[in-house]
Amino acid sequence: MFERLFGQTLVFTFEGLLIASLIVNIPFAVQPIQRAFEAVGPELREAAASCGLSRWRTLWRIELPLAWPGILTGTVLTFAHTLGEFGVVLMVGGSIPGETRTIAIAIYDRVQAFDEAAAGQMAAVLLLVSLATIAASYMLTQRIGRRYG
Amino acid sequence: MDKGLTVRLRQETPIPLDVAFSVAPGEAMALVGPSGSGKTTTLRAIAGLYHAADGQIACNGATWFDGATGLHLPARQRRAGLVFQSYALFPHLTALANVMEALSDTPRETRRATAMALLARVHLDGLEDRRPAQLSGGEQQRVAVARALARRPDVLLLDEPFSAVDRVTRRKLRRELVELRRDLPMPVVLVTHDLDDVTRLADRICVMHRGRILQSGSVSDVMARPASAEIAELLDLAADDA
Repeated sequence: MFERLFGQTLVFTFEGLLIASLIVNIPFAVQPIQRAFEAVGPELREAAASCGLSRWRTLWRIELPLAWPGILTGTVLTFAHTLGEFGVVLMVGGSIPGETRTIAIAIYDRVQAFDEAAAGQMAAVLLLVSLATIAASYMLTQRIGRRYG
Repeated sequence: MDKGLTVRLRQETPIPLDVAFSVAPGEAMALVGPSGSGKTTTLRAIAGLYHAADGQIACNGATWFDGATGLHLPARQRRAGLVFQSYALFPHLTALANVMEALSDTPRETRRATAMALLARVHLDGLEDRRPAQLSGGEQQRVAVARALARRPDVLLLDEPFSAVDRVTRRKLRRELVELRRDLPMPVVLVTHDLDDVTRLADRICVMHRGRILQSGSVSDVMARPASAEIAELLDLAADDA
């Protein structure tokens, strides 16, 4: 269907890689985001209704700001997970430089070519980026948590 | 009764309910009874947060709930100001913003001034920019009252409004609410375990047990002449629970 609509296949394209990564990683984002919305609690939704807030305004003004730390955590963890994704990327995207070669695939290619120094450097970058994103999300959620008491 | 609140609720399950009462404008009715007697369920049904199987709720001539026709006006469309037992303040918003959220019917340019005036009315001047976590229990209760009044409600509902504060704060808040009540034109329904709340705040009392009203009348009448030994015992129990 994609081919009929856009005149190209999804395999070995950046678009295909993006869609496949989304499908594979959505469950990792859904769980924490769902838990974050559940944590808002029914009483605040009832209070919002008693205040005359519409469903849309309740979502926008009450639920989203309160669920925000959970949404952020879910997004960051999914980002970190996607960054290191290997199997799906290799199957759907292959390893086309500038198109579908992700850092995880590049590390694999370097190891195959016995270029362990480059593989090690890229692995270190991947580790640092992952740690930095997780640390940033942790600090941000802590800060938001302190603000709301 | 066109003016004021009339409530008639009936259901067998999941919570048995068989209650009927009316509250005139400016009058305060206390629902008293042991835990599980259906007081809070009745209050929630008036607010539109609980859908009873059958009955009718009308306020100032407008029907909010009618089991016979299936009418059930959602909470957001009922002009009912509800003070939750745990206050249910929005934790990420300041006291001022909490009150302003309930002012969606007020023109945008006057919302802030109206909310400030409401907070001043409950003696919270100067604390407008604090979030609930930065307020004491008593201050949170005052914000909850101001927020409930912000909608210019047709009925004010108080669910155990003093249960989360210490005795000293409780006395102070009760005194303030007594003063505030004098100027309130709408019917007030108060759920409480504490007979001191009843005698100081309410004009009439409904003694409830297992979803039924055992006796209702003026506070002094019911206190002086309970209709049965069970009611006398329930009132004593209620006093002990506080």
